[in-house]
Amino acid sequence: MSRLILSRRRLLHSGLTAAAALPLAGCDSFDFLRERSNPVRRFLMSANGLTYRAQRLLQSADQLATEFSASDIRQGQKPNGSVNPDTPEYLSLKQTNFADYVLEVDGLVERPMRFPLDAIRNMPARTQITRHDCVEGWSTIAKWHGVPLKLILDQVGIRPAARYVMFHCFDAPTKSLSGLDFYYESIDLIDARHPQTILAYAMNDTPLPVAHGAPLRVRVERQLGYKMAKYIRRIELISDFSQFRDGQGSYWADRGYEWYAGI
Amino acid sequence: MDRQRQGRLIRRQRPATRITHWIWAICLFFLLLSGLQIFNAHPALYLGNESGFAYDNEIFSFEGFPSWLTIPSTRDLATGRVVHFFFAWLFVANLLLWLAASLRNRHLRKDLIPSRRDIEALPQDIRDHARLHLVHSVRYSPLQKLAYGGVLFVLFPLIILTGLSMSPGMNAVMPWFPELFGGRQTARTIHFAVMVLFVAFFAVHMAMILLAGPLNELRSIITGRYRLSPRTPRLEQTHV
Repeated sequence: MSRLILSRRRLLHSGLTAAAALPLAGCDSFDFLRERSNPVRRFLMSANGLTYRAQRLLQSADQLATEFSASDIRQGQKPNGSVNPDTPEYLSLKQTNFADYVLEVDGLVERPMRFPLDAIRNMPARTQITRHDCVEGWSTIAKWHGVPLKLILDQVGIRPAARYVMFHCFDAPTKSLSGLDFYYESIDLIDARHPQTILAYAMNDTPLPVAHGAPLRVRVERQLGYKMAKYIRRIELISDFSQFRDGQGSYWADRGYEWYAGI
Repeated sequence: MDRQRQGRLIRRQRPATRITHWIWAICLFFLLLSGLQIFNAHPALYLGNESGFAYDNEIFSFEGFPSWLTIPSTRDLATGRVVHFFFAWLFVANLLLWLAASLRNRHLRKDLIPSRRDIEALPQDIRDHARLHLVHSVRYSPLQKLAYGGVLFVLFPLIILTGLSMSPGMNAVMPWFPELFGGRQTARTIHFAVMVLFVAFFAVHMAMILLAGPLNELRSIITGRYRLSPRTPRLEQTHV
């Protein structure tokens, strides 16, 4: 009996202590971490550099993402992000079904070049059935068909100073004071030369639909979906992305997401 | 309480055990609440490699966790990921540190791996716990060993491996990895389920601390000192 009373008193006392500590769990206490320039956030973000280096250490350069079989395609690809760009330049290209589309490749290259869509379609192509993993958490499997980016890069010749491939896009998901915020994305040369990194112009055996980035979208199969820029206008070889927009190397990286999205 | 009736004060928890325990506590706090933020970006769970949009392989979905349960409190997947991956690295580093220390100081062999004697004592220990008759012994009781061992050797590896199974970069390194769990989306579902088990463990852990005497229990995991039940034999535990 005395033991019971004791544990009841203990319970009461400890319960009160626990209740007093509860407001600590109110998570707006950590909302300062949302500030892009907060030093604690910047420190936490350094873990992404560790992830990048660790994964590059473990991966061999040509190690492939899992490829699936045709029977694994059980649904259409889920459209996400921009699905119908309305910038004048894009609308006029779309009107003629991208017949006048020309991909510009320049920057730190030996020979800046312009590739009409037909020329790209006539280059050797690769087909792959892969799983698209969105940063939101969902996955879908689809068949992608296009020219390996490496073949394009071999034609223009990468200058030694180049470290990244930057994709400039037609779509502008948001507007800001400085005008339209065009989508852009960058990858390192390891991913750029990876055999599965293709400029896709077909998906599930049909020409790439507008909702999925027509006429060209890049596939970067060892990273999350937001790295796979759609509506590619121009490809630029660069040594450093700090002078582009907010300097984080991509539309979403400027908005607080990791530049390296292998996780 | 009468001094005469108190048990001896012993050094129970080693510094490595105490330090890693609290680093885990901090890690799991941030991992849980940032994890719920990440989950809210797509609050549905599936079985297989894909998320079925045109067919049904969904096993659970709801409108998402309330803002007071997420870090940060507003919808902010980017910040949730920053917090989650930082503490995921710390969590794994801490596990390795704990493993190295526990092999070296024999915490693993002496305190955690159940012996034949533990198995024999298990039914009695279950009866004791059911009657809330909690004995403060030199060593963990059989049920404690099972609970801590389950967390350390089953739940910890499982949550790390299912987490890595969601990484497209790691999938390229180990393609069989997500398949081991039944596909990326199943791995995500298991990751979530293990989180629920952690929360359940935490609830029982807190309840047991309150029932067993929170001051003594907290002291042992902060300072290492622990007061035994009266008349506890010097060397090995017995169940009174």
